[in-house]
Amino acid sequence: MSDPTAPAAVRTTGLSKAFGHHLAVDAIDLQVPTGSVYGFLGPNGSGKTTTIRMLLGLVRPTSGRQELLGLPMPDQAGHALPRVGSLVEGPAFHPYLSGRANLARLDAADRYSDPATSRKRVGAALDRVGLMVAAGKRYRVYSLGMRQRLAIAAALLMPRELLILDEPTNGLDPQGTREVRNLISSLSAGGTTVLVSSHLLSEVEQICTHVGVMNAGKLVAQGTVAEIRLGGTQRARVETDQPAAAGRVLVDLGLTEVRTDQGSAVGTLGEVAPEKIVPALVHAGIPVLGYAVDRPSLEDLFVALTGEGFDVSG
Amino acid sequence: MSAAESPAVDRATVGGRGPNRPSTRFLRSELRIIFGRRRNLAGLVVLAAVPIVLAIAVKASTPRGGNDGPDFFGSITGNGLFVPLAALTIEMTLFLPLAVATISGDAIAGEANLGTLRYLLAVPVSRTRLLAVKYAAIVIFAVLATFLVSLVGILIGLSLFHGGNMTLLSGSQVGFNDGLLRVLGATIYLSVQFAALGAIGLFISTLTEQPIAATIAAVVLTVTMFILDSIPQLSWLGPWLLTHWWSSFGDLLRAPVAWDGIQRGLISAGAYATVFWLASWARFAGKDVTS
Repeated sequence: MSDPTAPAAVRTTGLSKAFGHHLAVDAIDLQVPTGSVYGFLGPNGSGKTTTIRMLLGLVRPTSGRQELLGLPMPDQAGHALPRVGSLVEGPAFHPYLSGRANLARLDAADRYSDPATSRKRVGAALDRVGLMVAAGKRYRVYSLGMRQRLAIAAALLMPRELLILDEPTNGLDPQGTREVRNLISSLSAGGTTVLVSSHLLSEVEQICTHVGVMNAGKLVAQGTVAEIRLGGTQRARVETDQPAAAGRVLVDLGLTEVRTDQGSAVGTLGEVAPEKIVPALVHAGIPVLGYAVDRPSLEDLFVALTGEGFDVSG
Repeated sequence: MSAAESPAVDRATVGGRGPNRPSTRFLRSELRIIFGRRRNLAGLVVLAAVPIVLAIAVKASTPRGGNDGPDFFGSITGNGLFVPLAALTIEMTLFLPLAVATISGDAIAGEANLGTLRYLLAVPVSRTRLLAVKYAAIVIFAVLATFLVSLVGILIGLSLFHGGNMTLLSGSQVGFNDGLLRVLGATIYLSVQFAALGAIGLFISTLTEQPIAATIAAVVLTVTMFILDSIPQLSWLGPWLLTHWWSSFGDLLRAPVAWDGIQRGLISAGAYATVFWLASWARFAGKDVTS
């Protein structure tokens, strides 16, 4: 889906935001390729939402620049934002208006929306998120999941080239989470670039082509899912009845953090090609009973990048 | 198929359409929200009830003149057209300013409080356009609220008391149509004054995320202006206060009309509206929206 010649759907350079002395976002260079599904990950309070607010022109950066669809923000907001659908920090609507009336209001505010097709588009958006039955009810009686769906519907009122979805599955039950994932996949298949933020890797892992990981205001990793995986520490494991000798061979080859136990030797590969290990061992006359390269799961990497524990960062 | 494959797409088109021509669509949506809200409708009912209660009270008893503002109460039994004027005099000091302060205080702070502000700005609605539409809706509300009091007053006044020739405050008599015209003139004049108050409310509304706080601040400011205006030692300050000129609408009920106060009142309202709308813009245009 992603087209290397197209300008990035989102690009930031040295984007920073300080609230008082607290640096919420610290010089991040975000790069969301056109056509990608970009998982914007990080613990609560890592600066994801502030970044998204800056992208949409709600918050002015302390320094740095940002572009949406190749247009500088916030100067070109009037041209860029009509092509962008967004969900920012949870749903927010007028409580005493119905879901349908709330969408009609947002549509009325949009200078690019055709008033003649407003009813039809509002209906289609409600239908797409499965809210048709509750369309006429007042927003105040909606459950959290219904509110979240309405916010997603609002982002889909118009054809969009880019969707920025901040925690879209917040408050949804497992089935709703699945529906949102399917929705994102089908929108992506239709050519829409999607930037989806989450503090739960498992929610987005299956649908993302690209990942960016925030921690304490910094973008600590970014790239395709495959690149991120490779960036993790791969470890070679050799099963042998001569672990001490095998360990020495691994050290000679340039592996680090080599450890041995009764039946195996393990080392971090680093720059060493995994296929060189076994021939070297055989050459040294060490019987190899088993060989494996352990690649960390995306989740292990995520934890390694952002730290464990329940503390919010910041 | 993908958007990336059509680089020729004009920057300013969405789904193949350019922007709409300027329309009142967003303003109408804004008015639907204001006039669809039960709280606001209840407020309008209270505003409309005042002339009715007043007229019935006067009808049921022998009136005694009030001692503040133009004295219309004593004239009501002579001509029903004095009912709207008396009602406006009563509501001028608190009810109407409170109504306008409620709507204008809600303008930005209400959307910020609900969180809908961020979604409006992301649509996008430019901040200048948002302030323009919000203020237009406030002005329309101020005009409608003032006219509501006046029209209800005219209807109840004419149904309970005489119409016909009107004896002005200066003692001379004018015909019914002339009198009606003067009442409408007074209503328009006060509408303009309340619209100016709405600009102050709009400005306060950009300072906070609590609509009630903005409303209270606007009402307190109005009452403070009335109080300052009544302190003789501060008479030099009076002409600079917005409320100082409000009671000048009574000058329309003299023959010949004393235009001086009316003129200066209109200039005062225009100046307040301009200064505070610009202050709202200066405050809001570059503000971080974190609500």
